[in-house]
Amino acid sequence: MSHAFPFSAIVGQDAMKQAMLLTAIDAGIGGVLVFGDRGTGKSTAVRGLAALLPPITAIKGCPVNSATEADIPDWANVANREVGEKPTPVVDLPLGATEDRVVGALDIEKALAKGEKAFEAGLLARANRGYLYIDEVNLLEDHLVDLLLDVAQSGENLVEREGLSIRHPARFVLVGSGNPEEGELRPQLLDRFGLSVEVKSPKDIDTRIEVIKRRDAFDQDRAKFVKSWAKSDETIRKSIIAARKRLSKIRTSDAILKDCAALCLELGSDGLRGELTLLRAARAQAAFEGSSEITRAHLRAVAPMALSHRLRRDPLDEAGSTTRVMRTVEAVLP
Amino acid sequence: MTPAQDRWASFNLAIALFAIDPAPLGGIWLRARVGPVRDRIIQALNKALETDFFPRVHPNISDEALFGGLDLSATLATGRPIQTEGLLNKGGTVILTMAESAESALLARLAGALDAETGLSIIALDEAAEEGEGLGHSLSDRLALHLQLDAIPQSAAQEMEFDSTALAEARARFPHVQHAPDDYRDLCLVAEALGVTSLRAVQHALRLARHSAALMGSDQVEQADLQLAVELALAPRATQIPETAPPEQAPPPQPQEPEAQENPSDPEDPQKEGEDLPPFEALIEAAKAMLPPDLLARLAAQRAARQSKGSSGTGNRKKGNHRGRPVASRSGELGGGARIDLMATLRSAAPWQGLRAHTTAPKPRGLHIRKSDIRVKQFEQSSDRVIIFVVDASGSSAMSRMAEAKGAIELMLAEAYARRDHVALVAFRGAGADILLNPTRSLVQTKRRLQDLPGGGGTPLAAGLKSALDLAVLTSGKGMTPSIAVLTDGRANVSLDGSANRAQAGEDAQNMAKALRGRGVPAIVIDTGQRPTRGLDDLAKVMGAAYVPLPRADAKSLSAAVEAALPSA
Repeated sequence: MSHAFPFSAIVGQDAMKQAMLLTAIDAGIGGVLVFGDRGTGKSTAVRGLAALLPPITAIKGCPVNSATEADIPDWANVANREVGEKPTPVVDLPLGATEDRVVGALDIEKALAKGEKAFEAGLLARANRGYLYIDEVNLLEDHLVDLLLDVAQSGENLVEREGLSIRHPARFVLVGSGNPEEGELRPQLLDRFGLSVEVKSPKDIDTRIEVIKRRDAFDQDRAKFVKSWAKSDETIRKSIIAARKRLSKIRTSDAILKDCAALCLELGSDGLRGELTLLRAARAQAAFEGSSEITRAHLRAVAPMALSHRLRRDPLDEAGSTTRVMRTVEAVLP
Repeated sequence: MTPAQDRWASFNLAIALFAIDPAPLGGIWLRARVGPVRDRIIQALNKALETDFFPRVHPNISDEALFGGLDLSATLATGRPIQTEGLLNKGGTVILTMAESAESALLARLAGALDAETGLSIIALDEAAEEGEGLGHSLSDRLALHLQLDAIPQSAAQEMEFDSTALAEARARFPHVQHAPDDYRDLCLVAEALGVTSLRAVQHALRLARHSAALMGSDQVEQADLQLAVELALAPRATQIPETAPPEQAPPPQPQEPEAQENPSDPEDPQKEGEDLPPFEALIEAAKAMLPPDLLARLAAQRAARQSKGSSGTGNRKKGNHRGRPVASRSGELGGGARIDLMATLRSAAPWQGLRAHTTAPKPRGLHIRKSDIRVKQFEQSSDRVIIFVVDASGSSAMSRMAEAKGAIELMLAEAYARRDHVALVAFRGAGADILLNPTRSLVQTKRRLQDLPGGGGTPLAAGLKSALDLAVLTSGKGMTPSIAVLTDGRANVSLDGSANRAQAGEDAQNMAKALRGRGVPAIVIDTGQRPTRGLDDLAKVMGAAYVPLPRADAKSLSAAVEAALPSA
């Protein structure tokens, strides 16, 4: 594979990077939606994240990246059962993908050559325990969206074909990116994303120059550029690993729970999903900062990305939902 | 040389730069109608890239052709799966024909293929006739060169010449070309002055400068290379005219001044006048010379077009299995009136016949079609359009205005059946607004409802707009495409809360107009006053709407104006 642009070398776009790191610490937060201008490094960040994530321990030959031998699905004919390290899977779901390719299908080669029924795993299988990335998610065919919603909800992919009934785990962090001008996302899918961030082209001239400078250096000599940023990437990787360890030990006081509820009530976000995501994201943030309990500062840091896509639209308020969340945060959490 | 010849020479150079290494530049956006001039360019591209054929992508191409798929006949013949190679996986340069009608889904696929860095480059042939039409931004942003051929007469379009040895040398040289550290800043500043926000454009400019230096046989990017890069990559993307005037208030740049195109066939170019200026100003001057002459008009049209497409985006089309344009069939179940796509079903069943013959007992005869093979047809159709009339029923001339609006509505409905238009009517007067007619296609119902309309009182414009917006949101939720026509001759004098406060009323109206614009609802404001009403055109601007003064609006001219200004479904 060619070199990916290093995650740590991305200039600015802090909210986007923060959101991605939080899902790397706690996959249960449930996905990131990145909406915004063209050419702001959305895809670059995802590919950079792939290179940065700590490897997972998995059965080497397993199509669904099972952690232990017991987890290998019975349909999989796994030759190499050795346990080893694999890079965290980051799977692209291209817009042109067929349903067969996404969910998996009968292995056509075996069917033709040997007259055998065998299952060939699809993209969802490969993404298990990792990331599924959809660029231009708002342009995805409706039937694929429905399928993804179902799998993302249940964490399991079920295929019925030719009298085969195949199921396998498909737990992944959904990362979607898109440009709102091309079309909006269905609310059902919107809700499935734990965090959402808006990205904008940098306005500040020095930032813009720095972006161009780094990109150009990368284009000139990729290997060298990646090497020069390897250390900063390594630092982030270590802090992710440390934060993951700390995660389960972080205390949550009743006052913080109350704050979460008050915030969501005030914003009128639908359902309880908002509160849960807010709490999980704040916990991951606390772990990342090395703190032992969640504080209001952590809530403040993650509230916009956890809640902004769950608000009802208000046509008279043109400030944008992120600003509305920030305003409410200031009012509710003095 | 005439300006047109100058431009043509710069296009010649642009194609030479492209031919050095097409892939990193993404491609060329070629805006021209079909004709000999465009043919010349394609011919030149063939010549420069030394091929005699570019694979073609057309807007209705199937995913299978783009990304490859199973070659059924070869697969069955050989007994093992044979994949066809997709156009996009091969790399190389492809032509996108009729780029103006390519849908965002196709553009996204192409953009994704470019980002995958497989050596692909795209020449987009855009034949947009109307202002605001044209290739979508997601792709055009990724194409370094934007060439507009409309102003070039056939006489200026000489056959292009390329020096293949020079190109080969440049190809070997450009990876080593260096540029000064200040170049980043200069290019970023020029981009900012031209209102180019995409950072990809700056990146493209930098690459073009490098290619240009390589073609000149230099290892160092010079001012002239930067200037050329600005002309080719940044100027055509300009969204504003740079304000920084050169210090000595230079006369408006004549086309021959900083343009001075180096033709690859004569490298000893005379010194450019632009070099007297400091680098940044010289670059700005270079850009100015290449700004499209109709920049401002075009920008306004683009802005209007973007709004009219608006946030509804993909929602404007819906898929179903009954009528409309056929799109790729997909696996599905029979029933619910779905129509089976027999060919696709047989295709999907074919590879499995051997296997099924083995495993099915007792052995049945004939074809084995299983449920999973079934493919159903899908059709796509444009969604219905709703025109929401917002009519001022206040003041003295209310009665006549309402009558004409009624006439226009009935006229439109009479023709609506063919065009799938729905019409709704909101009237505002006194303290608030009423929805007098919910979206309907029924002429009879309309006539009955609109028989007697009340009139008189204040002008609660904001309330009228708010009702219209609510209705627009509601109808777009039902899969229709709303647009709004406002008929008034007065200034807002009743605020949203119903109080007669002129200042507050004006502000409320402005806010509602902004909200409408935010929703991307296309709109038209028709001024029925005897002379243009002060402030109404400003309000239209805020709304992103067309402003049409129609002093003696009758039903016919009203419906014509609305037809002309609002996008057809």
